[in-house]
This record gives sequence, C-alpha cells and structure tokens, in this order.
Amino acid sequence: MWDSEIRAMASAHAIIASSVFMATVVPAVLVENFSVYRTHLVWLYSVCGAVAAVNVAVFGLLGVSPPAKKHTLHHKVSRLVKSCLHFLLSCLFFHAVVVLYGAPLLESTLETFSLSVLLSTLTTLRCLCVLGPNVQAWIRVFSRDGAMSVWDTSLQITAGCSVVGAWLGAFPIPLDWDRPWQVWPISCTLGATVGFLTGLVAAPVWIHWHRKQLTYKSK
Amino acid sequence: MKRLPVLALLLWVCAVFYVGIFLFVGGFLLVRLEVNRSSTCEDVLLPDSGGDFCWREPRFRRAVVLIVDALKADFAQYDPGNMSPRPYENKLPVIEELVSSHPAHAGLFTFLADPPTTTMQRIKGFMTGSLPTFIDVGNNFASSAVLEDNLVHQLVQAGKHVVFMGDDTWENLFPKKFHRSLPFPSFNVKDLHTVDDGILQNIYPTLKGDDWDVLIAHFLGVDHCGHRYGPDHPAMAEKLTQMNGVIRSVIEHLQNDTLFVVMGDHGMTETGDHGGESQKETEAALFLYSQSPLFPGPRSQLKPEVVPQTDLVPTLALLLGIPIPYSSVGQILTPLFPLDGQTTSGPADLTQSEALWINAKQVNRFLETYSSMAKDISPESLSRLKADFTRLSAQYLSTVQQGRPPSPEVLRSMQGYLTSARETCRASWAKFNPLKMAAGLAVLAAACVLCFVLSELSAAVVSVDGVGLRAPAVVGLVGGASVAGLQAASLGHVDAAWCLAAAAFSSEVVFLWRVPGISSASRASQRLLRFPLLVLFLRCCSLLSDSYVIAEGRVVTYLLFSLCLYVPLRLNWEGFLAATTPPDAQKPPGALQPLALPAWVVRREGGVLLVCVGVLVGSLYLSLALHGCREEQGACQPSPFLSPLARVQDSRRRNLHYVLSVAALGAWTYLLYRWLCHYGNLNHAGAAVFAARWLLPLASMLTGLHWAASSTPEDRFRSLAELIALAQVVLPRGVFSLLGLGMLLLWLDPLTVFLKPRALAHTRGPSRPRPRYRASTGISPQAELHHLIPQLYQRIRHSLEDGVTKEGPEEGSRPAVEAYGLGTVYSAPLLLLYGLLGLGLLLLHPESMAPAFLLLLMEGGALLYLHATSTTLSSQQVTHLNSFTVPWAPVVLWSLAATQFFHATGHLPTFPSIQWSAAFVGFPQGHTGTTIPAMLVVLNTFTSHILFAVACPLLLFWPFVCEVKSGHGWRGGTEESEDVIMEMRLRENPQQFSSALLHLATRYLFVCGVQVFASVCAAAILRRHLMVWQVFAPKLMFEASGFLVSSAFVFVGVALVMRVDVAVSRLFKRLLPESSR
Repeated sequence: MWDSEIRAMASAHAIIASSVFMATVVPAVLVENFSVYRTHLVWLYSVCGAVAAVNVAVFGLLGVSPPAKKHTLHHKVSRLVKSCLHFLLSCLFFHAVVVLYGAPLLESTLETFSLSVLLSTLTTLRCLCVLGPNVQAWIRVFSRDGAMSVWDTSLQITAGCSVVGAWLGAFPIPLDWDRPWQVWPISCTLGATVGFLTGLVAAPVWIHWHRKQLTYKSK
Repeated sequence: MKRLPVLALLLWVCAVFYVGIFLFVGGFLLVRLEVNRSSTCEDVLLPDSGGDFCWREPRFRRAVVLIVDALKADFAQYDPGNMSPRPYENKLPVIEELVSSHPAHAGLFTFLADPPTTTMQRIKGFMTGSLPTFIDVGNNFASSAVLEDNLVHQLVQAGKHVVFMGDDTWENLFPKKFHRSLPFPSFNVKDLHTVDDGILQNIYPTLKGDDWDVLIAHFLGVDHCGHRYGPDHPAMAEKLTQMNGVIRSVIEHLQNDTLFVVMGDHGMTETGDHGGESQKETEAALFLYSQSPLFPGPRSQLKPEVVPQTDLVPTLALLLGIPIPYSSVGQILTPLFPLDGQTTSGPADLTQSEALWINAKQVNRFLETYSSMAKDISPESLSRLKADFTRLSAQYLSTVQQGRPPSPEVLRSMQGYLTSARETCRASWAKFNPLKMAAGLAVLAAACVLCFVLSELSAAVVSVDGVGLRAPAVVGLVGGASVAGLQAASLGHVDAAWCLAAAAFSSEVVFLWRVPGISSASRASQRLLRFPLLVLFLRCCSLLSDSYVIAEGRVVTYLLFSLCLYVPLRLNWEGFLAATTPPDAQKPPGALQPLALPAWVVRREGGVLLVCVGVLVGSLYLSLALHGCREEQGACQPSPFLSPLARVQDSRRRNLHYVLSVAALGAWTYLLYRWLCHYGNLNHAGAAVFAARWLLPLASMLTGLHWAASSTPEDRFRSLAELIALAQVVLPRGVFSLLGLGMLLLWLDPLTVFLKPRALAHTRGPSRPRPRYRASTGISPQAELHHLIPQLYQRIRHSLEDGVTKEGPEEGSRPAVEAYGLGTVYSAPLLLLYGLLGLGLLLLHPESMAPAFLLLLMEGGALLYLHATSTTLSSQQVTHLNSFTVPWAPVVLWSLAATQFFHATGHLPTFPSIQWSAAFVGFPQGHTGTTIPAMLVVLNTFTSHILFAVACPLLLFWPFVCEVKSGHGWRGGTEESEDVIMEMRLRENPQQFSSALLHLATRYLFVCGVQVFASVCAAAILRRHLMVWQVFAPKLMFEASGFLVSSAFVFVGVALVMRVDVAVSRLFKRLLPESSR
C-alpha cells in the first residue's frame, strides 16, 4: 500500500514539476520577446495557471480530495465558489504578509500581488485540492501529528518549502550586485518556485525514507 | 538566592568581552605617527639660489583667509539660468561676477576634503597638509594642540603677524600662536549668529589697520544653519547672502599685495550633517582672488577644477614665501605659478618648475624621515617613489644646469610623483596591528563560547560553591601578572593591553577546562539547530556584507518579523493551539503527565497570542516609517519625524507633530501607571510608589511643557524670548532631577507591596494549612525559615485573591495579611525603572520621536506577552521542573528588537548621524567640560539598547505575571498546593531563581556578544575592503559601544532584581514572628 501511494505521489509530483518547466518553455516559443526577467509577470502567471490546472486535474483524477457529502450540483457549485473565495482571501493574506515583511505598500502593487498569487497557487491551492475549503483542517495539517495521509505529509513539505523558498528569495534583494533577478519580486518568485520544485522532489523521498516511522490516524 | 556570586560572574563575563573589544580595536583603528620636525628657512631647496629661501621677496605679502564652515561646492556656483533657485542656490553671485569679469584674478575650485569631514580634522588637514587617520575622529570635542609642523607655525617663524577670529577650535589647535586672536564659542550648533557677528564686528577694523600679515576668519553660521535647519531652509539663504556681502566688502578692503582665499572646510549632506565621505560631504568650495593677476596662464572656465585639500598648504606657503610645512604631502596648485617665460608682477616669482621642484623635494624629505621613524609605508612603494624621485631630480638638475627651462614632461612627471606619493600615504595610513587583532578575536571568540556554556549550565554553575569563579580569577591574575613581569624584564615597559589579554584568555581557558567537571551533573546539551539560533546566525552573517549593514534597519526588521511569525507556527506545529488534543495514549504511563489545559484557556491564550503577534507586527511596520537614511542609500527619504519641531516650517504640521508626541508621552506614562495599578503595586506608601504616583506623571508633564517651549519658532513670541530661554534650561533639568530622584528612591526602597494586617480572632480559617513545622522540633532555625516562607506565601496568596476582588466573600476565611502587589514584587520596580529611564531618554531625542518610544513600549509589551502565552501553552507538554529558564526565541527577539529600535529612533551606525543636539538638552548655552555632553550623546545614541537591556529580566518574570489571569483550578484540581502565586514561585526556589537569572543574563549577553564578534570578524576580514571606513569600522564602533552600554544596563537590571530580593527577604523576616504566632 505504501509503495503504490508513494509511486502515485512521485508520478503526480513529476507531472506537476514538468508543468512548471512547460510553463517556462512554451511561452518562450510562442510569445515574442519572452524572458523570465523582463516579462516576469507573464512567466509568473503562466506558471500559476499551469500549476493550478495540473494540480486540480491530478488531484481530481487521483481522487485525493475529500469525498463530497452530497453530489448535488448546488453543493458542487457552492464548494467551488467557497474555494475561489478562499483562494482570493489567501492571496490577500499573503499580500498583507509580504507588505508587512517590507515590500513597498503603494508602489509596484501589481508585482507584490502577483507574488502573493503565486504563493497562494503553490500552497493554498494544494490545500484546497487535498483538504477542501476547510480552514480548520488546514491549520490542523500544519502540526506535528496533524497529517492523516501521505498526501497531507507531502502538502506539509511542499507548502513549507515554497514559503521558505520565497523567504530565502528576499535575501539577495539588498545586495549591490545589480543583477536583473534582484528586482522586486523576481528573486522571491524564483525562490518560491525553486522551493516548490524542491518540495515536490523531497516529499516522496522523505516519505519513502520515513515510511517505517509514519503512522496515520484514520479520519 | 545567590546574589553576589551571580553578579560577580556576570561582571567577569562582561570584563572578558571588554578586554577582547579593547584589544581588537587597539589593533584595528589606525594611528599615524606625527613627525615632530619643522621646515626651516635654511633648508636648501632650490638648486641655484643656494641662499636663504625666506629672504626672497614673496609674491604676496599678506593674505586674508575666510573659512566658511560647510561651504559646499554647490553653494558657490551661480547658474544664471536658474529662475527659481532653492534656498542654497545662487546666493553667492559675487564669486561668479569676479570669475567671469577677471579671469586672471579670480578662480573657483572644488575643494576636495579628506574624510573624516569634521571641522577639527579639516583644520588640521589644511594647515599641516597631512592626511588624518580614523582615530582622530574622537578628538573633536577635546581638540588638543597641533604638534606637527603647520602653516601657522611657519608664518609665525617667518615673523608674520597672524590674526585669527572665529571658531574657537583654532585657539585650541594653535594655542599662543596668533598675534591677535578673537575666538568665539563654537559648540552650540543652535547658535547661528554669535561667531559670525563677532567676526563681522572685528574684521573691518582689522583690515584697515596695519598690524597683520595673515588674517584668518572662520565663519560658523552656514554649518550651524545646516545642522539646525538643513540646507533647504530660508535661514540658509539668509546666511549665504550674508556671506556674499562679507566677501564683497572684504574685497573692497584688499590691497594689491594681498591674497584672498575663501573656502569651505567640508560640504554637507541633504540633512545638513557631515563627517562621512560621501561626495556631498567632501566637496567644498575654494575661491582665490587677488587685485594683482593671480593666474598667469589662460584657463578654461567651464567647470571648476577639483583640488584636494592638502594642496592648499604648499600653495599658500610658496605664495607667501615661507617653507612648506614638513609633513605636508600636498601638491602646489600649478595654475597659480607662471611657466618659464610667462611673467607676473615680479621677476623673482617662483616659476612652476621651481615650485614643483621645491614641493617634490619637501615631500621626498618627509617620506624619508617618516620611513625611518615608522614602518607603515610598504617598502616596495617607498623604493618605487624613491627611484622616481632620483630620476626626476637628475632630469631636472641637468636641465637647470644647462640653463634651459625644464620640458613639460619633467613638470608632468613631477606632478605624477607628488600625486602618487600622496596616494601611497593615503593607502598606507590604513595599517593594522594584526597580532593584537588576532588576540582580540581569540578572546572574543572564547568569551562567546564561555557565555554560551554558562547559559546552558547555569543551574550547575550556580550550585557549585563560589560559582566556580575562584580558579579562573586566580589564574587570570597570575597570567596577567606573569606577562607583565615578562614584559618588564624583556622590554623594559609594560603594555597593559597584552597583560589584560593574557589575564582574560587564561581565565577563560581555565573556566572552560573545568566545564566538563561541572556539567557532569547537568542534563545533556540541547539541540543547537533551532530557528531562533538560525536567525541569530543570519543576523551575524548579515554583518559581514556592506549591503546588509547599510540596509540594517530593514534586515533586522525582516528577521524579527520572521522570528515572531515562527512562534505561533511552532506552537501550532506542536499542537498546542489545537485545544482538543486528547492525552496521548501512546506515551508510557509513569512519565510526567503533561498538564492539560482546559479548552477555553487554550482558546483564550491563542487569542492573546494572535493579538500579540498583531501588535508586534503592527508596531514593527509603523516603526519602519521612523528610520533615518544613510548616505549610501540613494533613493531614501529620511523620516519627517526625525527633524526637531523648531525646524518644521509648516505650523499645522508642527502642531500635529506636537499633539502626536504629547499623546504618545501621555500614553507611555498612562500605560505604565495602569499596569502598576492593575497589579496592586500602587497602594503602598513607600518611596518607589511615590516615584510611580507622582514623579513619573510630573516628569512627563514637564517634558511636554519643555517640548512646547523648544518648538516655538524664535521669530515669533519675541516678547516671551527670555521666558522661553529660561524654560529651555529649567524644564529639562527639572525632569532630569525628578527622574534621578525617582531612580534613587527606587533603589533605596524598591518594595511596592502593601500589607494590610487584620487582627481578627478567626484569622486562620479551617482551610488554611497548619504550620506543620511546629510538629518537628529538631529543625535548625535556618531550615525552619525555609519551610516557613512557603507557608507564608500560601497565606499571602490567599490575601492576594482577596486583594484583587477587594471584598472577601466569606467572613470566616479572612486572611491574616493582605498583600497587594506581592505577585509582581520583582517586575514592578523594574518596569518603573524602565519607565523613568525611557522618559529621560525621550527628552534627549527630537520631540517628534515620542511615537517611536510608544511603539517601543508596545513592542516590548507584545514580546513579553507573546513569551508569556507561549510559555503557558507549551506548559501543556513541557514539565514544570525547568520552566524558569527562558528559551532562545524571546531572548533573540528581545535583542533584535533593541537593534531594530536603534534604527526606529532615528539612529544609524554612522558618525554623521549621531544626534549631537542631545548634548544641549537642558544646556542650551553649551558646556564647559566634555563629560556631560559625551554622556548625554551616548545615552541618546544607545537609547533602545539601554531600555531593552534594563528590561531584560522581565522576560523571566512575565510568564509568572501572566499566571494570575490563567484562572484557578485548572491545574489538576489540587488548588491548595498549586495555585497562583505569581513571582513568589521564584522566591520559593531561590536556587533556581538565581540560576534562571544568570541563564537569562548570559543568554542576552551571548546574543549581543555574538553580534559584536561578527562585526569584529567583518572588520578583520574585510579590512582592505572599499567600504571599511565607511561601513564596517563605524558599525564595529557602534556595535562595540552598544554592547558596552547593553551589558552595563543588563547588570543594572539584574542588580535591581537582587536589590528587590534583599528587600523582600527583609520584609518576610519582619513578618515571620507575626505569622508563627
């Protein structure tokens, strides 16, 4: 059971990671003057879109998402609306945190917001996919004994890595190297993306390594 | 409780750190050797004349030197196209008029000052022609006489009458040299007119008279105007226009044989400060004029030439016909000397080649002398320079002997020689003592390790008799003495630095050697890789990069913010925030059962936690708006709160700032008062309570009045001028003395406990525990005392509950003693001291900074409550055995907050940003000595270090203070034994109390000390970095002084706690007979 789940996760993660690469490569072919640095927001939103679409598709196909209680259309629609609302709120939350961390408040608001959209895509969207629009469950997942399945553990790892990546990405900003990637928010978005990719790789490896120690309570 | 051993241990740790810093700084900060030789007229400098140089007819018999302090290069330029000039632009049209109408008579240059751009260093620089070193900076307020050869000395030697008027720094630098001297006090930067008016009254009569050859006048108004209002202020326009008039009328008084020099000693930044080495500070203006033609050759007038400040010395010397001062490394201004063939007024004037030759020869002689005295200058560059000179002199002498003028190539190579000589000196007067630096690094590193070990093993160390300090002390003394003896035997003199180094290092080593023996009893060391320590590590790494040091304010805020988000995240990770964690069934029974908090407590504490994080984050974010700007930060606007209110021109904004400040001041006082009131610390009739009830509000009221008086603009309320002047003296001094009195009273009687005895017959209710010690008779009095005190607490504790609710519900269980404020007996005096100190320090800041202090208080409070709630929540799992020790996170947060508020109170780790105006609070007329102003400035600079250091022990107390609100009865139902006794819990375990106090203090010292160590490392590793004198050296100085101040005030805080402990012991001794009866 362990092996199959880990294998499923590894392949799912591989698909998600390849979607990030595709989101970088495909626009480079299709869009003129595309560059990760110069047309940063285009890259960012293409990554966001790709990761979101692939995440939703993969988790929908794998059936990881919590089973819906009712299969009515009304229920599904309300769930979808709730999810969108949660996503938007999480964007605003990340925006506020990033501003409090020292991002400019009035200037380059679009860039800051795009960063928070990316962060939400990398963290909140996965939460939505795995746990549904249930903030209590999200808070529960991020505790030592909170994970209730392999997917919860991988969620912990990838979300943590993305946020830490963005955090580390802010480090080079004050340096006087005058590199194009030091411009706000490029280093942070790159950091978050790299962190996310690291998390995607690390999660199956870590779970495989610790599969003896991991015990999950039933829901 | 062990009081003296703990204090001694802390003192020793601090001393070790001090020795390390002293050693390193001694090796790092550069000292240039002064050459005490003077040039004389007998020096044979010209190849052909052979005779006495001084007897030649000089080109100018007299000179007028006007020094306009801080006359920036921009100020002197005139742009006719500028239709709407700023206050400092186009205010000196006379210079432009003269330069364009008489190009041969007048010239404007950009005068490039060498850093440090402080007035005294500059005067020294352009009088000796030498380069200053970093160490001179500190002498600005105790300037001592210049011993090196200088222009004034040479002029006096040549029998010229030098008349001086203006800035009294000159009188200190050149005592008894002037024929006539009219010094005026310079220290008061608020005074724009005294010096200038004094000069103007005297300069014209002097010029008309005939008893002068060289007249030096040093105007200070422009500089003081910059310091007070900044360059962009109408007062600056007024001042510069006045200077324009002065130049114009002096020129009218000039005669043909007089050289007229107008120059600035340095420039100023956008805010009117100076001292650093940014372009704005180093570029001053130099204007030369004479009635007789000054510039023989044609000159391009497009852009003023850049002239280093050292170059004025040889130029003036040769123009006035005196020898160039011995240690000058300057180069003559070639445009002023005629080429061979060109003629000026007199045929005997020095030609360019002759002047350059004299100049080169003098520099060569100085280099030879200097290299024989000191080994600073590297031999390679010296030999290269020497070879250059030999080649030069051969070429020059051969052409002169052939009787033809030297070729332009020779002139150019002479100029090249002089330039490279100057550059060599510049580079090598940054020379270090690597041995001392290494020793300092070693001592500091060992001190950090020692501090860490001490904090980890505090419990074991305190339990050892004499805290294990005896052996290190003895070994240290022996080591120091033996090194002293060795030095005395071998060298003949004793170098204190090395003795101290030996003493410190040997004592450290001995202590660390004995650690395994001490620690065998204690628990295993904890994991080192924790997030708080990682943050500390990142902070230390950030000190190694100039970009991060420049952006230090933001970096520290970033780290602080991260760490403060970490606290709730970690609590959630551990599952403490989820209220409904069932007891873990998998834990082995028999282990210490974690205390399960009821769900509502967890929820409430979680709420408090979130509110704390919110307040903390909010105050962090708001405080970002209060930062100042370094000159390296390009597009940075300093906070509008930083300027004193008197500078603000918009009266509505001024009033708004004033109201905001007074509100913040009121809130500061009210919050402290309210807290003390809440915990019942204001009921006692003692001295400390008197300070809290009356002195604190009174002092804050006086502060508000003082601000009102000092922020009134001078030009309004002329009729009240005297009253305002009086208020500016009396009010701050009143506040200082009130606060001093308050602190004294606090020290004498720190108890804030109000005891209310009740002599009721049924005092002891049935629920009260009987004093069981009576049953056993064979106990020593000491043991009895130990046993009895907890009993007494039980009693007082019940009274405390009564005290909170005031009206006791049941008559029958009335306690014998009601003690108000016993639960916060330790923290209340500390908080009061914090309040008093904060008020005094606030007074030293610009008025508008009061909101920063309120933010500081709020942030400190939020940190304390954050720590308290997280301790309460973690107590679900962590057993209560070792709960006294403070974990790393709050300590690192506390120290980072100190650095963060260093920036948020408008300070920066650079010398120009020191707020000198603090020295005039209460002393608007200036000072006679240097101790008081230095102290005031230090207090102002390290305000946040002081406040956070003094309040550091609060981190230990706060979890106990907050205990009372956690409700009763949730600790497993045994209310009788486990109840809310707040800080008395500490007193019940004196051993643990002292170990926890030592633990906290050493941790705080470690966190500060590691930062000092990091900046020391940065200075050592990057000592040849481009930014070392701009960024790393000042940062090191600030970090080291900050550590000195912090450690001193940590000591004060701990000492106050000890003092309270003594008083509490005395109180219980007094109560004892009562209760045993």
